[in-house]
Amino acid sequence: MKVRYESASRAAWEKAYQSAAKRDDGIETSTISGIPVEPLYSSEDVADLAEEMPGEFPYTRGVHPTGYRGRLWTMRQFSGFSTAAETNRRYHYLLKNGQTGLSVAFDMPTLMGQDSDAPTSRGEVGHCGVAVDSLADMEVLFEGIPVGEITTSMTINSPAAILLAMYLAVAEKQGVPFSKVGGTLQNDILKEYIAQKEYIFPPEPSMRLVVDSIEYCAAQVPKWNTVSISGYHIREAGSTAAQELAFTLADGFAYVDACLERGMKVDDFAPRLSFFFDAHIDFFEEIAKFRAARRIWARHLRERYGAQDPRSWKLRFHTQTAGVSLTAQQPELNIARTALEALSAVLGGTNSLHTNAMDEVLALPTDKTARIALRTQQLIAYETGAASTADPLGGSYFVEALTREMEEQAEAYFVKIDAIGGVIPAIERGFFQKEIADSAYRYQSELESKRRIMVGVNDFVVTDEEDLEILRIDRSKEEGQVERVREVRARRDSAKWSKTMTQLGKAARSSDNLMPYILDAVRAYATEGEIMNELVEAWGLYTEEAVI
Amino acid sequence: MAPRPADDGLQGLIERFRAHEVRGLARAISLVERRDPAVRQLFAALGPPGSNPAVVGLTGSPGTGKSTLADALVKHHRAHDRKVAVIAVDPNSPYTGGAVFGDRIRMQRHAMDEGVYIRSMGARGHLGGLSIASREAVRLLAAYGFDQVILETVGVGQSELEVAGIADTTLVVLAPGAGDGVQMIKAGIMEIADVFVVNKADMPGYERTVQEIRSMQNMGPKLAWKPPIVPTVASRGEGVEELEAAVLRHREYLDSSGEGARRRLRRLEEEAADLVAEWSRTEARRRLREDARLRKKLENEQSPYGAAETILKLK
Amino acid sequence: MGKVGLDGHDRGVKVVARALRDAGFEVIYTGLRQTPEMIVGAAIQEDAQVIGLSIHSGAHMTLIPAVVEELKKRGAEDVMVFGGGIIPEEDITELKRLGVAEIFPPGSPLQEIVDFLRAKFPEEAAAPA
Repeated sequence: MKVRYESASRAAWEKAYQSAAKRDDGIETSTISGIPVEPLYSSEDVADLAEEMPGEFPYTRGVHPTGYRGRLWTMRQFSGFSTAAETNRRYHYLLKNGQTGLSVAFDMPTLMGQDSDAPTSRGEVGHCGVAVDSLADMEVLFEGIPVGEITTSMTINSPAAILLAMYLAVAEKQGVPFSKVGGTLQNDILKEYIAQKEYIFPPEPSMRLVVDSIEYCAAQVPKWNTVSISGYHIREAGSTAAQELAFTLADGFAYVDACLERGMKVDDFAPRLSFFFDAHIDFFEEIAKFRAARRIWARHLRERYGAQDPRSWKLRFHTQTAGVSLTAQQPELNIARTALEALSAVLGGTNSLHTNAMDEVLALPTDKTARIALRTQQLIAYETGAASTADPLGGSYFVEALTREMEEQAEAYFVKIDAIGGVIPAIERGFFQKEIADSAYRYQSELESKRRIMVGVNDFVVTDEEDLEILRIDRSKEEGQVERVREVRARRDSAKWSKTMTQLGKAARSSDNLMPYILDAVRAYATEGEIMNELVEAWGLYTEEAVI
Repeated sequence: MAPRPADDGLQGLIERFRAHEVRGLARAISLVERRDPAVRQLFAALGPPGSNPAVVGLTGSPGTGKSTLADALVKHHRAHDRKVAVIAVDPNSPYTGGAVFGDRIRMQRHAMDEGVYIRSMGARGHLGGLSIASREAVRLLAAYGFDQVILETVGVGQSELEVAGIADTTLVVLAPGAGDGVQMIKAGIMEIADVFVVNKADMPGYERTVQEIRSMQNMGPKLAWKPPIVPTVASRGEGVEELEAAVLRHREYLDSSGEGARRRLRRLEEEAADLVAEWSRTEARRRLREDARLRKKLENEQSPYGAAETILKLK
Repeated sequence: MGKVGLDGHDRGVKVVARALRDAGFEVIYTGLRQTPEMIVGAAIQEDAQVIGLSIHSGAHMTLIPAVVEELKKRGAEDVMVFGGGIIPEEDITELKRLGVAEIFPPGSPLQEIVDFLRAKFPEEAAAPA
């Protein structure tokens, strides 16, 4: 029996609201993305909402019928710095402390496909992640870690196929069959052109390489998530939540299209596409975004692409709390920010989560701050009850209304992108880059005029703070790594190496799947830089058109 | 004009320029941009230019790959050991006077080549501002010894017409699907083209773009020089040889028909008129500021004509 | 303005470039992956008075001083250098000792950067283009 209190009339509330005093501090009430937020949401806002269930199409309420009662989200803290040996030590430490999956952060030269001894690597080796120049480094990185028993996520893009090959070669040495190897490769080249700018080759050959890796894994490494289609970087570059949602899913559809063009069947590869989103500070908008993402992907995969396997319809995602929301001022506040952002990701049903450490605005985390970040997730999982029921905010007037708003905004963007001809033409026209640059500028203007507040930065400022103890990377490690890569080159079987490089060059110019050739090169201890150079010879370099 | 810190004055600048220091050239162009009166002394000191560089204007909508084409042309010239300068003209904001120039990015690979000079200039919206500054910049580049000058502009407002007025050969760049199609091209663009370049010629819609240009050409009057249509794929350097050949043919036409001499004279006339305009404007402004009787005249008559005639000594 | 080194996080440098444009400055944006030689070469060709660098990769203590050195090498030490990005306080002090005019850490308001440049170049600020 539905109870309705006598005075529960929206009209009555409107009157009361209008006549009551309101704050006049000039602060924006719209979401960070500019979506207007009503002072109240009620049953009217969800009047035509269909009843949805977790684990059921279109999965708005989650991909598992059990929510987190079946399995908690994976606590996967991104880390890596300096040498493979030190990172290996950090991995053992985190695994011991309850982390349930490994995540590899590479240094800039590795991300950009350069060896540690390249002239443009100077000053950058081992700074924001681990330097991996060859299989030798990969072996050290996973020393004592049974890759058949854990899952590993590798955050790398242009050279992703090479790092995947190295990981597989490590598995091979450990006697683990490829069929048992599980993990995720970011491998999302489209968002590089859009946001992160770690591209090397032009879009077409880059897409070919991604499709090669998807095709190879579909057959040989079935437990591997081939692409982590990312919105995080797009968001961090300044986009709104709706743009993050729309552009990420559009990229996802572009990969699906490319694989179908290769001749694959959608159900052969779609179940292993995964996603990676940002959890920003505007709490409810984020929850709505995650829910809308699942709903949109499911509908398009089933209705537009005709996928039949439910696993193709289910959008699974990793979330990272927003780096851009962290402040250098009063950094302890970042612990609170991260906790709230992590909570929104959990309430949004994330499958995997990384929480930032409080000092990451200025440096890589110390052991202590990294541990606090991990404990924050454990706190949410075990103390707050947020994991006890599936999609706790399902049915909330506000959240459901926002979810639908997100969905509509994303669909509107898909129409725009299609009108330009698709994701790659839109990239070449600078469409995404302009949207992002405009949103970033708008947000900054709002901060400057105090229509939005960043606590500690443009309000609630403290002028005489103590300097934070931050982690200093020992720069002498660079020399050691430079030595190591030269040694690898000197020690390997150069006839074998040379043969693999020639084959690779030929294959790059053909339409063969490159993975077996990259694997051969990796086994012969070819360095990442050498493999990348071979591909650059064949495909050229990409320069972007600047969009301010 | 406040002097720059560590500025060694005009004499120092002339010496650096003569000694072939890039800074000398760069500073000289800045003088020209700022319409610094010292420019005249500079030209007097440098004397008449030793060489006459080939000046090519390059104009096209965003998305046509014009900067990539400029980059490919630079590469081509360098392969033939020619020294080349690129002036990339972008609009300044009419409100703030500020600008962001991003054209250099497409020409990164020449960054460390001493035989290439790249300079961004703002089309600052002055009356004739772009024309005079760019012409003087070209004159400076000639004095410095460049064989080739490329004047690149995105074509906002009047800048492409002004570029065409400076260049010997104007290339209008189009691309299938980019910009608004040939029909929407601004009035005057079709007329200024000495060569049409259809870039991204490997894309669908190429044939149609060529057809559209041809029909517009056929609709217009019969010309002594019919601008050829050259396909290119600038990102792969394809078509650049043919483009250079077309430019050379145009130059031959200019020389043999006397059109080149006529254009040069016309340019000098325009430039002289622009200089008169610039100098008189400055002088007029000064007098209107300082001459109390003129100001009284304006106020009493509530009309500009009397004051203007007085200044020009017409009455 | 541009980014030296390999990192591609250009949100900040683009927002600053735009703010400077809106404040009446002419900004040459040289983009990503600049070496110190490239960015100094561009500054000299463009006769720029200031170089603005953005670095988020932690390599600032190598790369920013290298830009200052290159300017000296090319006889252009009158060109001012400032920067922004992920640069901790103690490094800021050291960089200033090496000749960098100012570093704007995360959270710096755009107006602060604009005001700083206007104060350094008052005569330019007075004369709109």
